[in-house]
Amino acid sequence: MADMILGRKGRMTQLFTDDGRCIPVTIVEAGPCTVTQVKTAEKDGYRAVQLAFDPAKEKSLSKPVLGHFKRAGVDPHRVLRELRFEDGSTLPEVGAKVLCSIFEKNHFVDVIGWMKGRGTAGVMKRHGFQGRPGSHGHMCQRRPGSIGMHSYPARVWKGKRMAGHYGTTRVTIQNLEVVRVDAEKNILMIRGAIPGPTGGLVMVRASKKRKPTPAKKG
Amino acid sequence: MDKYSVLEQEFRRKNPLPEFAPGDVIDVSVNIKEGEKERVQVFSGTVIARRGTGLGASFTVRRIVQGEGVERTFPVHSPKIANVEVKTRSNVRRAKLYYLRDLQGKATRLKERMDNREAKS
Repeated sequence: MADMILGRKGRMTQLFTDDGRCIPVTIVEAGPCTVTQVKTAEKDGYRAVQLAFDPAKEKSLSKPVLGHFKRAGVDPHRVLRELRFEDGSTLPEVGAKVLCSIFEKNHFVDVIGWMKGRGTAGVMKRHGFQGRPGSHGHMCQRRPGSIGMHSYPARVWKGKRMAGHYGTTRVTIQNLEVVRVDAEKNILMIRGAIPGPTGGLVMVRASKKRKPTPAKKG
Repeated sequence: MDKYSVLEQEFRRKNPLPEFAPGDVIDVSVNIKEGEKERVQVFSGTVIARRGTGLGASFTVRRIVQGEGVERTFPVHSPKIANVEVKTRSNVRRAKLYYLRDLQGKATRLKERMDNREAKS
C-alpha cells in the first residue's frame, strides 16, 4: 500500500503530554487521496501510482484534466502527484483511497513542501554566514567578506556561495515524529516545523531513514 | 478562533483558572515530581504579564525572594499548573508591568482595587 499522502499544511500549535511536557506540532490536513492511475513496468516502463487530492469543481479544471479523471472514474481533484513503487511491491487499484491512517503515532515521516520565498537574500540568511559584530568599530555587518585568493586563481571559484534568490524551492524535512493521527478528521499532527506557508501543499511519506521505534518511555 | 481550534480543545485545561489580570497577587499551585513522589509547590507573587491566546497562552509572576527578584512564566494550559488563587487585585494602567523590575521596596506597591472584597470572598 501507499506510504505517502498529500495534504495541506495547517498552522502550528503546541500540545501537552500527561507529565506536563510541551510538544510543538504542525497540523496537516492529510488526504483523503484517491488513486487515479496505476503505472506498470510493462506499460509505462516504471511502477508508480498517481494520487489525487483536494476535490475541485468541474469548471475550475481544464478539459484534458477532466478527461483524465473521467477515464479513471474518479471525481475531479485539484492536485495530482505521482508516487513511485519498488519492484515486487503490490500496486493498489484505480479508485482506491489513501487515508492518513497509513501512519500511526510514533511513526517517523519525511515532509516535502515548497518553502516560502525570501526574495533576494544576503549570505547570512541564505547560507548562514556569521557576519561581523554590530559595533566595536566594525564597518560592515552582514557582508560575506573575501570571495577569493590572489593572482592565482585570479577568479572566483564556481559555486561560491553568495547573495541571491532564496526560497520557493522544494524542501524535504526528514525524520519528523507523528504525534497524533485523527483518521476521522483526516488530521496528522507532526512534531516540529514543516516547509511552506499555511495552506500550502505538502507530501507526507514514511521516513526513508528512520523506522518507528517501540513505544518510548514517558 | 480558526478551524484548527477544535483540535486543540482536548488539550485545554479541564479546570479553567479563575480570572486574573496583571497587577493581581496570586498563588500558583504547581505539581512537582521528586523521584517517585508528587507534591504541590506554591509560587505566590504579582502577575506582571499575560500573553498569547489558545494553547500557547502564558502568564508571568514576579516575587521578591531574599531580596532578589524572581520571575516565573507558566503556560496557562500546562497540566503541571494545579490551580491559581487570586489574593488581591490592583488598579493598574498598563498590560505589562515590566516597570516593577526597576523599582524596589515601597515603590513596587500597587493601588488596591475597591472591589477587592468580592475577589476575596
